[in-house]
Amino acid sequence: MIGGLFIYNHKGEVLISRVYRDDIGRNAVDAFRVNVIHARQQVRSPVTNIARTSFFHVKRSNIWLAAVTKQNVNAAMVFEFLYKMCDVMTAYFGKISEENIKNNFVLIYELLDEILDFGYPQNSETGALKTFITQTGIKSQSKEEQSQITSQVTGQIGWRREGIKYRRNELFLDVLESVNLLMSPQGQVLSAHVSGRVVMKSYLSGMPECKFGMNDKIVIDKQGKGGASEEAAGKSGGGGGKQSIAIDDCTFHQCVRLSKFDAERSISFIPPDGECELMRYRTTKDIILPFRVIPLVREVGRTKLEVKVVIKSNFKPSLLAQKIEVRIPTPLNTSGVQVICMKGKAKYKASENAIVWKIKRMAGMKESQISAEIELLPTNDKKKWARPPISMNFEVPFAPSGLKVRYLKVFEPKLNYSDHDVIKWVRYIGRSGIYETRC
Amino acid sequence: MTDSKYFTTTKKGEIFELKAELNSDKKEKKKEAVKKVIASMTVGKDVSALFPDVVNCMQTDNLELKKLVYLYLMNYAKSQPDMAIMAVNTFVKDCEDANPLIRALAVRTMGCIRVDKITEYLCEPLRKCLKDEDPYVRKTAAVCVAKLHDINAQLVEDQGFLDTLKDLISDSNPMVVANAVAALSEIAESHPNSNLLDLNPQSINKLLTALNECTEWGQIFILDCLANYTPRDDRESQSICERVTPRLSHANSAVVLSAVKVLMKFMEMLPKDLDYYGTLLKKLAPPLVTLLSAEPELQYVALRNINLIVQKRPEILKHEMKVFFVKYNDPIYVKLEKLDIMIRLASQANIAQVLAELKEYATEVDVDFVRKAVRAIGRCAIKVEQSAERCVSTLLDLIQTKVNYVVQEAIVVIKDIFRKYPNKYESVIATLCENLDSLDEPEARAAMIWIVGEYAERIDNADELLESFLEGFHDESTQVQLQLLTAIVKLFLKKPTETQELVQQVLSLATQDSDNPDLRDRGYIYWRLLSTDPVAAKEVVLAEKPLISEETDLIEPTLLEELICHIGTLASVYHKPPSAFVEGSRGVMHKRLPARTGSGESTESPDVGTAAGGSAPEAAPSIIPSQGDLLGDLLNLDMAPPTTSGPPPPTTGMQMGGMDLLGGGLDSLLGGDLGGSPAMGAGFGAAPAVMPASLNAPVGGGLGDLFDLGGGVGMPMGAYIPPKIVWLPAMKAKGLEISGTFARRAGVIQMELILTNKAMSIMTDFAIQFNRNSFGLAPAGPLQVLTPLGPNQTIEVSLPLSTVGPVMKMDPLNNLQVAVKNNIDVFYFSCQYPISMLFVEDGKMERQVFLATWKDIPNDNESQFQIKDCHLNSDAASSKLQGSNIFTIAKRTVEGQDMLYMSIKLSNGIWVLAELRVQAGNPNYTMTTIRRSGS
Repeated sequence: MIGGLFIYNHKGEVLISRVYRDDIGRNAVDAFRVNVIHARQQVRSPVTNIARTSFFHVKRSNIWLAAVTKQNVNAAMVFEFLYKMCDVMTAYFGKISEENIKNNFVLIYELLDEILDFGYPQNSETGALKTFITQTGIKSQSKEEQSQITSQVTGQIGWRREGIKYRRNELFLDVLESVNLLMSPQGQVLSAHVSGRVVMKSYLSGMPECKFGMNDKIVIDKQGKGGASEEAAGKSGGGGGKQSIAIDDCTFHQCVRLSKFDAERSISFIPPDGECELMRYRTTKDIILPFRVIPLVREVGRTKLEVKVVIKSNFKPSLLAQKIEVRIPTPLNTSGVQVICMKGKAKYKASENAIVWKIKRMAGMKESQISAEIELLPTNDKKKWARPPISMNFEVPFAPSGLKVRYLKVFEPKLNYSDHDVIKWVRYIGRSGIYETRC
Repeated sequence: MTDSKYFTTTKKGEIFELKAELNSDKKEKKKEAVKKVIASMTVGKDVSALFPDVVNCMQTDNLELKKLVYLYLMNYAKSQPDMAIMAVNTFVKDCEDANPLIRALAVRTMGCIRVDKITEYLCEPLRKCLKDEDPYVRKTAAVCVAKLHDINAQLVEDQGFLDTLKDLISDSNPMVVANAVAALSEIAESHPNSNLLDLNPQSINKLLTALNECTEWGQIFILDCLANYTPRDDRESQSICERVTPRLSHANSAVVLSAVKVLMKFMEMLPKDLDYYGTLLKKLAPPLVTLLSAEPELQYVALRNINLIVQKRPEILKHEMKVFFVKYNDPIYVKLEKLDIMIRLASQANIAQVLAELKEYATEVDVDFVRKAVRAIGRCAIKVEQSAERCVSTLLDLIQTKVNYVVQEAIVVIKDIFRKYPNKYESVIATLCENLDSLDEPEARAAMIWIVGEYAERIDNADELLESFLEGFHDESTQVQLQLLTAIVKLFLKKPTETQELVQQVLSLATQDSDNPDLRDRGYIYWRLLSTDPVAAKEVVLAEKPLISEETDLIEPTLLEELICHIGTLASVYHKPPSAFVEGSRGVMHKRLPARTGSGESTESPDVGTAAGGSAPEAAPSIIPSQGDLLGDLLNLDMAPPTTSGPPPPTTGMQMGGMDLLGGGLDSLLGGDLGGSPAMGAGFGAAPAVMPASLNAPVGGGLGDLFDLGGGVGMPMGAYIPPKIVWLPAMKAKGLEISGTFARRAGVIQMELILTNKAMSIMTDFAIQFNRNSFGLAPAGPLQVLTPLGPNQTIEVSLPLSTVGPVMKMDPLNNLQVAVKNNIDVFYFSCQYPISMLFVEDGKMERQVFLATWKDIPNDNESQFQIKDCHLNSDAASSKLQGSNIFTIAKRTVEGQDMLYMSIKLSNGIWVLAELRVQAGNPNYTMTTIRRSGS
């Protein structure tokens, strides 16, 4: 198991060091600094073995978190734990920075004592931790409170405490998708997938039992078999758009009953209070690609490049895409760039070796164009310019995968509110992930 | 107010000040002081001097302060064991506190203090806490047992904590169960045979139930523990798999990977024809792909594991090639791993796409990545034959870029492509030669030199090219030097006229001016080979090369199996067994996949059996032999050629390292054969039964047989031929029975075979092959079975043998491994030939030479045998032996004893001299043989 956990600043100075196992000595702290943080070349692996000691590290801004062990630990678990550790710290004191860590070092030690015992990760749900690691000194807890804390920390529903009350029962669902694309210069889709998340913010009283439904193909097909007429009715009434989507794979927050999903494909859970990421999913079929990028690069002699890029929006004209940014890479020996664009603003950024073209808003089924002349310095460098792909950023108010939330039902039999009393909000946001077109 | 200020106090006299503050009456000040102490401790300052003062602060109702003091204690108690006792009382008191959080904190901290005296006091509170009413305390106590075990294993056993811990597996609280499982698993690792976990269907059921309820971490502990269980049968295996599969949808990647581990392992037990097996395979792919959208560090762990999974079960991800395409801003470690998996998944179906990608990668910035991409193109060519042409043209395009490291890498892989597809792509050689000057890496230079040497006949200026390398011969790396030597020898053998000077130059460079023994040895071998027998040299140097295998860097199967059992762990990231990086006894135990039960086994194992059996005796292994092997072969060959030179050089014995190889064996062989010693005679185990009655020797032997020959004078002269025995029974060869013997007729060794078809179908297409053997026996022609062999038919064939085949020392020395092929299958058997087959006709030594030699040979080389019950007189014996090419050189009579002096020459040029003492009327002869090492 994890033998020790260290946090360093960018210079390699230790900010936090907590050793859990006798086989890890103080010299491990220095070994990591010398061999990884101060190493000359770029980091070639997140796992480093130095003198039979293994170091796992992740970096958050310029802070290094390193877990150390001498045993054959579960590597995936160690990384998951390090991420979790970052989440917990962020939940307690915001951004992970040298200053914040120094300001909260006592708290961090307290947390580390709680969430890792002898190197074994323990309950690390912020909701539960915040009930008893408070940094406000000791609260005089009553006996009931104490046992409530412990039963929650160890219990089956470790992520929610009992006795939560809201005057207004309200929940928000955000379907956040990032659409990834790699397209060849000829417009052939080399790979495309959507990775999506359903984020739920709930303010519900008691221990509400929730059931979430979406237009999952497997579920719809199953229901369709039950009544063929219903399906036909659905088809005619749908008015365009896909009825159901094929989900390649999905993973759930630990509150979701996985065995139930496996058996019936129904998603039921008691949510944590506040925000949680209910589900992540991935689709690859029938993705709506919101933009198409058509590049045209022409080399005019050895010292000039002509670039023309057309972007086309491919969604309902009534919808508006926002925060559009096209990044056209330029060679390293660029000496000057002249840009003409029909819409938005374009600038050559020498420090980034790219022309950045920004458009605030663009409606569906439109197209726009930029052309640029790039002057090059003559070089005797034999190596050809690698031509990195043209990348794009945007935000659209729909889910490119076609996912639709069908329902989210809330049952709380013990308290007197029903599903109808809950105010529900659903929002879809599609963002660009890695959206690249080779040129 | 913030805490960061504690990090900044660095002035002198700090310790002193802190001491005062710690002893302050004000609570706040105390707390401040303790924080400063902890901050100093963190940055590595020694604040152990403050031990008593800090411990004094322990008695407080402020939980935050208490935790800080505990943290201090954990760090320094070991260095101040005596003072640590001061804390014991507080700990014991805290273990009784009304607040479960404080009880747990106390027991958790005590377990971390590795001081014997504290440990003693820990036992009682721990016992109570293990049975505490509060689950939070119990789950903490469970881990504490593991801590205590790490400090004092004996104590844990003596106090019966292990049993209590086992009971906790049935606890009502899932987190307690999970921690108990984790603690037990860890303790069990250091007691490999203890059966501590005692996994049985009942306890497995409990674990599976807890799996649904506990935290993500608990699920990992339980799944990792489950993976160590071996189900009783395929039904149990299936039911566990069914209950584990839902975990594949967990958001925590570690839960997913641990579930994959359990499934991969238990799947081994499922029969392949089961529907569920197919379902399971399908269920595994999506979660593995999903892991690739995790954070990069986890992607890396996942990719290293997928690399193993793809090798073990390629079918799972064969349709998922696209997800392994490299993204422009993937971290380099993710890129390299993805590339590896892409090559493993490359097949005819997706090769076009893969190649397009690889070509794209070859223009990237990172040098390592580009190199690997170029290499990958070459591997694709070798793996998917249909793509070879496209790969070669892609590589040529890349060479045109003139980017130095791309060109070099491309040349290295093109060499392998030439090896794999000879006589197909040589047209590109011209392009390669253009880049000769830009090569500066040894591997690329060596590859280019190999190409020039191998195709010297097609390259007009091959000699000039090679000569240009020769100029800086001593500055080259060994790899290049060796390659250059071989290439020039090849060139010489192909174009002897114009390159004589060159070859002499390189040979002298290699043998005289070099310090490298490998290079020197290879140089000498070539030199001698070329000077003694250029034809043989041609056969050796220009011999047909064995094929290179398609998959180059596959993990060896037993290691792969072990690594599959370690999916998710560090071992799977390093691709090394835990014993390679874990110290001590932990994790050294090798894990293995369970064996398949049920129908699967019967269908699979025979395949493996025949595959292994089929390839082993084959003369040409499918992998390139390492340099060492080649050298060994050459040495063997070098020793073998028959020498006809006149006076033998003085026997030094040491010079001929190879001679010793045969020496010992030959003595015992001759001895055994001549003297009929039981041990050696066993080789002729079948012979005694058919031996003539006149020879009552207990066991038949070579020379005994030679003497016999029907027991009469006046028999036609001829070599001894042992009777035919069954070499290959029909049962073992699908109905083909082979019996046979060896004979020497008119100076030619014959293998006389009787083939009998005892099967119901006709046999055709016979062929025969020998494995390498001690005297280089090899068929001199094909096996002449011209007509098909019908059922119950018998055919006699005689196969002439030569002694110029490859040599390898066998045990026993006269053992011969034979492969016979027909339209049905290939069959293997081994037989032993009488050593007398190898006695050559010109074995009669000059008298003078004989005398001189006899004296020359040291006594060590002498051995003596008794030949019993031989009723021949010395003359009859002499003439009989002459029939077998054992020549009598001289005879004298001393004290009524006839002394015969005889010489024998073996086909490999070894001389044996013998003295035979025959006493009239005594049927027992005494024979002394001496062997001259080499000639």
